Amino acid sequence: MNFEFFFNNLPGLTITGLAFGAIYALIALGYTMVYGVLQLINFAHSEVFMYGTFAMLWAVMALGGAGASGVELVGILLASLAAAMVMSALIALFLERVAYRPLIKRNAPRLIALISAIGASFVLAELMGLRDRVAGWFGLDDDLAPYVDKARINNSIAGVVDAPRWDIAGVSVSSIDLLVIFSAVAMMVVVDQFVRRSKLGKGIRATAQDPETASMMGVNPTRTIQMTFLIGGLMAGVAAFLYMLKIETTKFDVGFLLGVKAFTAAVLGGIGNLRGALLGGLVLGVAENWGSALFGTEWRHVVAFVLLVVILLFRPTGLLGESLGKARA
Amino acid sequence: MSRFSLGTHSLPSVSTLPKPVKIVLWISLALLAYALPLLEPPFISTPGVDFGGVLFVVTVYMLVALGLNIVVGYAGLLDLGYVGFYAVGAYTAAILTSFHANWPLLLALPFAVLASTLSGVLLGWPTLRVRGDYLAIVTLGFGEIIRLIAINTEWLGDSRGISNIGRPPSLELFEIPHLNWDTGVPLLDFNDTTTFIEFGVLDQIPYYWLGLTVVILVLIADKLIKDSRVGRAWEATREDEDAAELMGVPTFRFKLLAFATGAFIGGLAGALFASRQSFINPLNFLLLFSILFLAAVVVGGQGNRWGVLVGAFLVAYLPQRFREFDDFRVLVFGLALVLLATLRPEGLFPPRRTVRAKQLEQELDELEEGTDGEEKTHA
Amino acid sequence: MPDARILEVDQLTLQFGGLTALDNVSFDIKEGEILGLIGPNGAGKTTCFNAITGVYKPTSGTIRFNGESLAGRKRFQITQSGIARTFQNIRLFPTMTALENVLVGADAQHTTGIVSALFRLPKHRREEIAGHDLAMELLRFMGLAKQADELAANLSYGDQRRLEIARAMATQPKLICLDEPAAGFNPQEKRVLMDLIRKVRDRGFTVLLIEHDMRLVMGVTDRIVVLEFGKKIAEGAPAEIRDNPAVIAAYLGVEEEDAS
Repeated sequence: MNFEFFFNNLPGLTITGLAFGAIYALIALGYTMVYGVLQLINFAHSEVFMYGTFAMLWAVMALGGAGASGVELVGILLASLAAAMVMSALIALFLERVAYRPLIKRNAPRLIALISAIGASFVLAELMGLRDRVAGWFGLDDDLAPYVDKARINNSIAGVVDAPRWDIAGVSVSSIDLLVIFSAVAMMVVVDQFVRRSKLGKGIRATAQDPETASMMGVNPTRTIQMTFLIGGLMAGVAAFLYMLKIETTKFDVGFLLGVKAFTAAVLGGIGNLRGALLGGLVLGVAENWGSALFGTEWRHVVAFVLLVVILLFRPTGLLGESLGKARA
Repeated sequence: MSRFSLGTHSLPSVSTLPKPVKIVLWISLALLAYALPLLEPPFISTPGVDFGGVLFVVTVYMLVALGLNIVVGYAGLLDLGYVGFYAVGAYTAAILTSFHANWPLLLALPFAVLASTLSGVLLGWPTLRVRGDYLAIVTLGFGEIIRLIAINTEWLGDSRGISNIGRPPSLELFEIPHLNWDTGVPLLDFNDTTTFIEFGVLDQIPYYWLGLTVVILVLIADKLIKDSRVGRAWEATREDEDAAELMGVPTFRFKLLAFATGAFIGGLAGALFASRQSFINPLNFLLLFSILFLAAVVVGGQGNRWGVLVGAFLVAYLPQRFREFDDFRVLVFGLALVLLATLRPEGLFPPRRTVRAKQLEQELDELEEGTDGEEKTHA
Repeated sequence: MPDARILEVDQLTLQFGGLTALDNVSFDIKEGEILGLIGPNGAGKTTCFNAITGVYKPTSGTIRFNGESLAGRKRFQITQSGIARTFQNIRLFPTMTALENVLVGADAQHTTGIVSALFRLPKHRREEIAGHDLAMELLRFMGLAKQADELAANLSYGDQRRLEIARAMATQPKLICLDEPAAGFNPQEKRVLMDLIRKVRDRGFTVLLIEHDMRLVMGVTDRIVVLEFGKKIAEGAPAEIRDNPAVIAAYLGVEEEDAS
């Protein structure tokens, strides 16, 4: 165990951990809301996120991000943020319509819904990973070459954004990390307020607690469910944008690992609990970073899986307890 | 709306035939199965890939499907980490026959199976009190933890893997010729033979025979266990765990037993696979295999041992028969999972009980709607 | 011994969060009797059942079965030691046949495990035959012999209720708890059920019965315990209970409806 390295770099490790954690939190929001309303683990939410990263990537490529700077670059980045949010939202809505709605209508058993979710996850991931072949079927592989090439390896926008590092109280901090943490917390607050105060938000909470009564009170269950998926998708899009700013690369299968970690964050905070998603994400991000420093980077992912298994076994209600819907045994 | 039904009343029921006839039928079927790679049938044979090898992989998937069927289909426990048991069996066989010792495979096999069964009990003990979908995620976590430990541990060969895994002992007794269809007419080809019984590198057919034998044994064991208090306890637990417990079924014990039995079979499959491959590394145990295994069970018809054999056959054979298909196999089987879940969750060959329940449901629907097959929304 | 107490409920209290579902309830059940447990909706009758069968853990108080406390026992152990039940909302195993449902009950007293089953050891053979015989006999007793191979989900409502009783009886209990077995029956079916309950008692079982239908309760029980808002408000023979002012008050207005 590398204690020396750990203690020497503790502040830096913590900040970076919080940044990762913020990204997990934004993705976790999608898991926690869908589970709160439907008691369904949206396994394919990881692909909602992944498609967002590609939308951001393609937007930057298409708008000439590599050569831009200053205000032009900021504009391109904002456009790519919008692209990511729109793409993720669309994938989320598509998922709801195709993979889940037929099952929800039939009151299908949980096992079946989970199977559909898993299948959908793999279909979406593989479609992205085979996009060069798919484009080839339509004869578009040449025209779309820069977008569909390298389908199964890393796709990068490295070097596009040259973010300064700042020295805060003797610690070298990446401005991107600070941006990520700030944005994530801000978005979570926005969603939290929306769910608490807006009519749609109240509808979501009502449906989560008692779908039949809610619908008798005039809440449209289908629209509510769509709205839940939409919000989760939009947040995943923001997460995708921030992820690309920080990591600068993506790949068709990047969703799986991030999805599991985000789900861990959701459970850690208390599934169905929006604030729990934020807390869980930040805790996981920091724990992972610390663990990586202490045990070696190769054990980084194991930390998340072990934490997941441990919480589900010993405190499945999470740190803040379940909240959006009632706890169902 | 069309409900394509492989209804039991359209085929003569096998179970109504007299016993001696049934035994002759089963034996004939078994003999045909053993002879299949020797016959080299034109449309079924896989071009470019050793047919015997493909059939061996099919038997491995069949074993896995049978084991997972016990966990998912009989006991109703969603296990997304079944590949973990498979990996434990494979790695145990590997380290005992190659990496850290030099045991003969037949000696290592029982230990491989013991190790996987133990891992099933260890995994089940804390996790089986967790509710349905959480169990799925915990088992998924377990499968991944196993793989990550394997990748990062030098004692397990880390990412380089383990090679030179032991083979079953060979006895060169006699040669069996294959059939040759080049002239359009089946002829015995004495240049293309399989040695009975040599577990070599080029000819996979003896491995297939070994795998097939194990599948048959497991099938028999499955039937014996299912038609007993154990099988009933699993079904009752799956249908209504709380009611089962109140009817005197020690549900936790039986759930653990299901896990252990599934792990036993999974480990056996993994050990056989490792032996034939002769070389394993963590890439053989990715999550996507758990998904393919699950697809075999769900597509075939969970709860129906014959259905899952068909499912295993499809999942293992199709990508080998249609090579271009291989790149798309995860996509196709993922799609199959979604389509089946949304349209026909009972699978292609659901167990008889599900068919009967659905038939009644259909009749009731038609009575209530007054029309034919209009979709009814349940409250 | 005619007056032996098979079940002793002693100051049973059950609290959920802020709600007191049962408040210091005490009563005994004598061996071989049919005891009725009645009360308006929400009185705590099913909660009482759940406490006796181990579904809920009492907040305080004890339950003794044949002299021994049930505290800390797992549910399946309680069933194996002799308390069986049916459910208010039928909980059969839907895709198992009627026979298989009853066999599961019979299995409560069996110990065949995977080894016995796999190798078809004598214990397995013995228990299968015994279980099969018991199950078919119970199905005949309930008039369900012809439906032995029907899926439980496909049976008529009345048949399902009777199947649940058969399944409970198959566990070879000493005390059998019936939770509203007549719900949804017409008067004719209720008369048949009353007869059936008496026959069950005559076979040697002790019966604890929750029911809303006053006529049925008055007609078939030996003694009655009345609950209201979690408290016991009366106990005694049917004739006494019928004229008890506290009981009448508790059921004010409800009695006419339920006496149909």
